[in-house]
Amino acid sequence: MDFSLTEEQEMIVGMVRRFVREEIVPLELDLDPDADSLKVEDQTRLVEKTKAMGLYGLDIPPEYGGPELDLVTRTLMAIEMSQHRAGLYAPCYGVFGGAGLAQLFEATEAQKERYLFPTLRGEKRGFFGLTESSGGSDPARAIQTKAVRDGDDWVINGGKIFISGADKADFGLVFARTDPDKGRNGVTCFIVDTDTPGFYVRRIIHTLRSAHYATELQFEDMRVPHANVLGEVNRGFAIANDRLTRQRIPYAAGCIGVAIKAHELALEYVPQRETFGAPLSTRQGIQWMLVDNEIDIKQATWMTLEAADKATRGEPFRKEAAMAKLVATEAGSRVVDRCMQMFGGYGVTKDFPFERWYREMRIRRIGEGPNEVQRHIIARDILGASLR
Amino acid sequence: MSIRCEKAWLPRTDLNGLYGHMGVFQFGNDVEEVIFIGYAGGRSLFGLKGEIVSEFERLADASCYRFEINTAYLTRYQELLMIHVADHGVLPPYNEPMPNLGRLSP
Repeated sequence: MDFSLTEEQEMIVGMVRRFVREEIVPLELDLDPDADSLKVEDQTRLVEKTKAMGLYGLDIPPEYGGPELDLVTRTLMAIEMSQHRAGLYAPCYGVFGGAGLAQLFEATEAQKERYLFPTLRGEKRGFFGLTESSGGSDPARAIQTKAVRDGDDWVINGGKIFISGADKADFGLVFARTDPDKGRNGVTCFIVDTDTPGFYVRRIIHTLRSAHYATELQFEDMRVPHANVLGEVNRGFAIANDRLTRQRIPYAAGCIGVAIKAHELALEYVPQRETFGAPLSTRQGIQWMLVDNEIDIKQATWMTLEAADKATRGEPFRKEAAMAKLVATEAGSRVVDRCMQMFGGYGVTKDFPFERWYREMRIRRIGEGPNEVQRHIIARDILGASLR
Repeated sequence: MSIRCEKAWLPRTDLNGLYGHMGVFQFGNDVEEVIFIGYAGGRSLFGLKGEIVSEFERLADASCYRFEINTAYLTRYQELLMIHVADHGVLPPYNEPMPNLGRLSP
């Protein structure tokens, strides 16, 4: 496989790299070390810049006005965009825009008018409501929220947990059980307006990510029109599953970017820092840490690009996406941990970004499907259906 | 942890228990109504002590305060603001409007 970049990819990667270093990193000097948003005036100014670069709305399909980028290029960009303090969960603070909920591209025309297009224009926000207190990795079994048909409506009762952005959203995708006997074929996806009577954000959930919280939702006799079913009744699992697989590639890329930045900071630091009369870089213990970083980063990058390449070519990529997520999150954690060690006491202070990366990287081994589930997916693929 | 701040109010003259920790704080008026919610983050000089002393200089109406030491100061700060809006319909009088503040139904 050829991992060399095309001329266009070189140009885009260079452009994004300069943008991060010249526009994003300097702003972070004045922000709270845990901040995940910019001042409104900076956000507006930088969005105008990314639009002028032709790189706004990265994940929007070209037919809806997004830039035409293949997944390999998009992955290379994600690696660059995460190379700053907030980069793991807020790459470039969102100034490259997003596509919102990708599932809406498969919506009916009426649903697109009401939810997709306003989202793309930045007028509406959505949330993705899958995980429940009974679990998130096995939606076929864990979903207990129930939807019962009543005339032209569905009546939904139940709740969701660990949902990002529901307290600020105008609508959300809520997965509910519509047939209790059919497992994965008994789940339906509903588009729910957050001002619907019976929709409650009961509490926020604090996590290691101290600038971002999740929410817990409750639905009490919440009536949703049948017209708000996304896709087909009892076919919601495929919508959830597709999203989970696709998300793993950019998720992996973010970890690689942070690992690269941490490694870069360590490479600058160890020749300058002296112990017992010689620079740290002359110590074999330090050299081996740097070598292990290099290997971790390269291995994770190749595996992630391979998954992106397969997805771009339209080949099955579930196993490769799972491997990329698994390897990149674990490699990223090891790299950040080693860099923190090389920086000693400074490494654990808020003066440097390592402590934030360390906390946030820990979540990456659980988010988007814990790494044990990724191993299960890979095992199922290599051993066949007998493990189901 | 209760989602509302339930610490005892302290008079503004009593700053002895304050140190340089990160965390959140509330200011109250004479009848212990919350009039301001703030936080001391990773860049606050002298943490809670520095922020509270400096805000007391700005807000003469504040007669008492309470605080929580919390490393998740940013999310706790937003949570306290959201709870205040859920309970009273508006932000505390001395807090600036926050366009992206979420909504809670606690």
